[in-house]
Amino acid sequence: MTRTAGTARSADAPRSPLLSGSAWRRIIRDRPLIPLVILLVVLVAVLELAKPGIVNGNWAATTMRTAIPLAILAACQTLAMLTGGIDLSVGAVASMAAFLMATQATGQGAVVAIAIALVACAFAGVVNGVAIGVFKVHPLIMTLGMSLVVLGLMSVYQLAMVQSGTLVPDPIQWLGSGISFGFVPNSLVVFVPIAILIVIGLRRSGYGRLLFAVGDNPIAARLSGTRVWQVLVALYVMSAILAAIAGILIAGLLNTATVSLVEQSVLPSVAAAVIGGTSIIGGRGGYAGTIVGALILTVLTTLLTVLEMPEAVRQVLFGAIIVAVAAAYTRVTGES
Amino acid sequence: MHSAPDLLLDATGVAKHYGAVVALRSASLAVRPGEVHALMGANGAGKSTLVKVLTGGVRPDGGTILVRGKPFAARSPAEARRGGIVSVYQEPALIPDIDVRSNLRLTQSPIEATRHWLAELGLPDLDLTDLVRDLPLATLRIIDLARALAIEPDILMLDEMTAALPANLTEHVLEVIARQKGTDRSVIFISHRLIEIAAVCDRATVLREGQTVGVVDVSHGSENRIVALMLGDMVRDLPARVADVASASPRPADAVPRISARSLSAGTKLADVSFDLHQGEVLGVVALEGQGQDELFDILSGSERPGGGELLVDGTAVSFRHPADAIRAGLVYVPADRAEALLMQRSVRENIALPFTTRFGAWGPIDVGGERRKVDKAIATLQIDTRAAAEVRRLSGGNQQKVTIARWVAGGVRTMLCFDPTRGIDIGTKQQIYQLLRDLASEGAAVLLYTSELKEIQLACDRAIVIFGGRIVAEIDVADADEATLLRAAYDLRPEELMPEDVASAAVAVEADHPSLVGPT
Amino acid sequence: MSAGIGMVPGARARSGDTAGAWARRNVWTLGLIGLLLAFLALTKVIQPNYGAPGIQGLAISILPIAFAAVAQAIVVISGGIDLSVGSMMALASVTSAVLMKDQGDVIGVAVVVGVLLLGATVGAINGGLVVATKVPDIVVTLAMSFVWAGTALLILNTPGGGAAPWLMAIISGPLGSPWLPKALIVLAVVVAVVWLPLRRSTMGLALYAVGSSRLAAFRSGIAVGRTKIIAYALTGFFSAMGGLALTASGGVGAPVPGSYTLQSVAAIVLGGVSLAGGRGGVLGPIIAVIVLALVRIDLTFLGVDPNLSTAIQGVILIGVVMFGSLVAMRKVRA
Repeated sequence: MTRTAGTARSADAPRSPLLSGSAWRRIIRDRPLIPLVILLVVLVAVLELAKPGIVNGNWAATTMRTAIPLAILAACQTLAMLTGGIDLSVGAVASMAAFLMATQATGQGAVVAIAIALVACAFAGVVNGVAIGVFKVHPLIMTLGMSLVVLGLMSVYQLAMVQSGTLVPDPIQWLGSGISFGFVPNSLVVFVPIAILIVIGLRRSGYGRLLFAVGDNPIAARLSGTRVWQVLVALYVMSAILAAIAGILIAGLLNTATVSLVEQSVLPSVAAAVIGGTSIIGGRGGYAGTIVGALILTVLTTLLTVLEMPEAVRQVLFGAIIVAVAAAYTRVTGES
Repeated sequence: MHSAPDLLLDATGVAKHYGAVVALRSASLAVRPGEVHALMGANGAGKSTLVKVLTGGVRPDGGTILVRGKPFAARSPAEARRGGIVSVYQEPALIPDIDVRSNLRLTQSPIEATRHWLAELGLPDLDLTDLVRDLPLATLRIIDLARALAIEPDILMLDEMTAALPANLTEHVLEVIARQKGTDRSVIFISHRLIEIAAVCDRATVLREGQTVGVVDVSHGSENRIVALMLGDMVRDLPARVADVASASPRPADAVPRISARSLSAGTKLADVSFDLHQGEVLGVVALEGQGQDELFDILSGSERPGGGELLVDGTAVSFRHPADAIRAGLVYVPADRAEALLMQRSVRENIALPFTTRFGAWGPIDVGGERRKVDKAIATLQIDTRAAAEVRRLSGGNQQKVTIARWVAGGVRTMLCFDPTRGIDIGTKQQIYQLLRDLASEGAAVLLYTSELKEIQLACDRAIVIFGGRIVAEIDVADADEATLLRAAYDLRPEELMPEDVASAAVAVEADHPSLVGPT
Repeated sequence: MSAGIGMVPGARARSGDTAGAWARRNVWTLGLIGLLLAFLALTKVIQPNYGAPGIQGLAISILPIAFAAVAQAIVVISGGIDLSVGSMMALASVTSAVLMKDQGDVIGVAVVVGVLLLGATVGAINGGLVVATKVPDIVVTLAMSFVWAGTALLILNTPGGGAAPWLMAIISGPLGSPWLPKALIVLAVVVAVVWLPLRRSTMGLALYAVGSSRLAAFRSGIAVGRTKIIAYALTGFFSAMGGLALTASGGVGAPVPGSYTLQSVAAIVLGGVSLAGGRGGVLGPIIAVIVLALVRIDLTFLGVDPNLSTAIQGVILIGVVMFGSLVAMRKVRA
């Protein structure tokens, strides 16, 4: 029998190992963080060249402060995309969290207000998850519909709350916009635990494995005993809560809250995940890349502002970069 | 290999690399007009790449291809078709969401000729306004073949044409192929089924590791030579018994069966199935295509709920609502289609460890050390080649199938449900899988094995049940389970009746000028 | 026009039996027509003096989004999705408004033709990138939505420019009967002239084929890449129609995309186009657009907060899709 095995093995296996000619390909495929970090460093260098002296501790803190909410929203996309889904409701849900928190804070105090916001968002997540996981509604449609519903309900709520006004509690402002020691944004207090949990959780937890499994092949996941709907419900609830956290941080950062506060961050959040190397068809990706992707987008925005480029140019460039980066990933991972 | 001027197709030195991986080193294929030519090789030998090169799916890195003496370089199936080469693929090239007639229009196929061939192939009454997605797979393959025949290509390539076909359609197909002999056109026939090769082919080209290693004149007894070429230096007697089945441990008379099916039924397909599966045995399931075996395995694996009847596991009635319920009861399932079972972009390790983390309670941190031990043990047990382990899609078909089995072996198997686990994989790996099933049984597991290759029953099973029309029509001890007996039973025929296979093989045998291997004449 | 658009290609009504088969295959579209009639009746009940002027206003207001829905339907049928429809509309709108402002009729016509060509070109670029990079359609078109929106902003920073008077006249008012708004006729004519002949051609079959099964289409000898690019070019063309309709109905160019992309996706899903590709037509999405507009009108008549009607639109979208997938699940089980 051992002889049989040996023969079968040589007949079955690829004839030779991957050779050094494709080393760079392997780096992008297996260690996408390296080229991403290089790109980030290059952008920072260009920024410093464009406006010498801009890159300092305070700059780093303000950049991170802006990038952190985007990175959290992009976490929603990363997790959803790993399962082959997408969450377009993060903008509406995050805005709802910010607006609920700010309106309730006037009467109830900060803690209760935040709790109300989180519960409302979690509920939206449950509805998303049940529709997608149990009723098999396409995630794009479901989350799009959900953002319409949330936006509409919040507009009605806004009219009802017109008297009470909004208030972003001081601790939230401290968290969202504060900088300690001259270079540490306070929002790291929230972000670092989230990032560690997601990065490690995706690799070393049963649930993380299932996210990849469901995205790679839902039939195989089911046949192996995965109750796919449970995974999806948990995913969209998690996504909604993360969106709520991002929304509250943005309210703190801008010291304001409206019903469409976060709407314009939806597409950049998808962009950050794509740049970070997560495949939108599912089964491949990770959060570390997404974080760098959010930083890249933020630095790029600063760079374009410094160069006094109009908003329009920023948009064109954003689009071009996403296509280019995604094309590069597809080239290196799409063989076979 | 010399190239004769009268060759219809003459491909020499065809090479194709994917990055550093060599799919074809130097493949040659010479086909004469009017012959049915078999293209053979173990999995990963390069058959499918060669087919893709010839039909324009892939551009070769080197080599020359001549069709009727003229250079041939197709960049798409459409160009290949204009050059006279048409292929019928394993997955029918029919558009699901439009009707059959529109499909014919799209490929500019003559409708009357297609109808003629449909009738010849046993589907005279097909309604061309049916939507393709509403038709069964076997019908689609026949339509695909009829459409290809209708445009009278110089070279017709058939890739596992008879897989997924019921026996009566197989018989029509083989007859039609045999009729191509002696015309000025030829057929390239790709199949794992040596019986069919022997029945209809004139010559066989054998590929191994991307190279043509021999061309064999097909005649009585040439199978051993073909197998020898496919395996390289390993010459083995194919129908060797994997283990001494008869000496399998006798079970105590009062043992509670692992699975007791009592009058299981499902829809119109499964009418009334009762059987017991005991510890320590491999129970074979024999059936023609579509006799209810799919539904039976779906019920046992928890994918589908029975319409009626009762299922007992270890003597307790169970009702599975989800595969997870079946797995908890110890019933694990190996599907035929590896694309259904594997996470193609993930590693071998993650694929094998997948069942460990599916329970809600196991969503938390992974015990990395324990997982590695179990996975490594399963990899060793199944002798999986882990050189391309980072992504399962880069493994060969045989290794992929081993991964789907290893997944369950890693966690300890009590009852394994295997649905045609050796479909489309090479002989060496098949042999290993039979051995593994025997080993599992001797360690006390119970195995239910459906196979479309009747030969496997005697190689791996203790006894077999035969399903026909959704009912069990026979139970056969392994000692009596020769192919002829099984086939008769599968048709639900009494011994004295003449089988359709006999008629077909007799007809084919005259053409092929050698005795039939399908059944006794 | 109504007979053909939503039809599955190849299923010509040859006899009573095939008409029955046609009906079975187009249950969704027939249901939508029923829904449309029901909503028209409901509107009349809620607002007894709703009549010809209301219909005309309705027709003008839905014209841009109806074109957007047709645009989206074509690309989704061929197996893609285009998230840059709204941006392309904005681009077409500002380009036409800037070039047309204070110009004569001849130049105006040239501008319209030019903008439609621009739309087809821009769409073809989207398609070309999808084919060349092999990046999922959704990513490419999402990215390109930034690019085209940015380009539109570069051309015109704030709403401005102007529309030729004849262009505005062509969609406003009725033709013949006051119940027959010109806008609806424009929509019907454009769809009938561009889409219907195409859909009956081999090219149209190829669009469905590529969306239904890429591999089978390739093996059937269809040039998959070229077909996808053509689908995207058609989407660009109809997006440009939508952009022109925006300019014509507003009288100025609108540089900000608005929510047309997402509305177009919602409309095609309600209109019975499968997001998986290969199934559906353009009649369903157009009717869906009208139904959604009627819902909004009815809610306004009923005195419901217009904000709430956004939410209700979302609920309808989700509800219909859920209903559709429930029906599909039933079918699989049966």
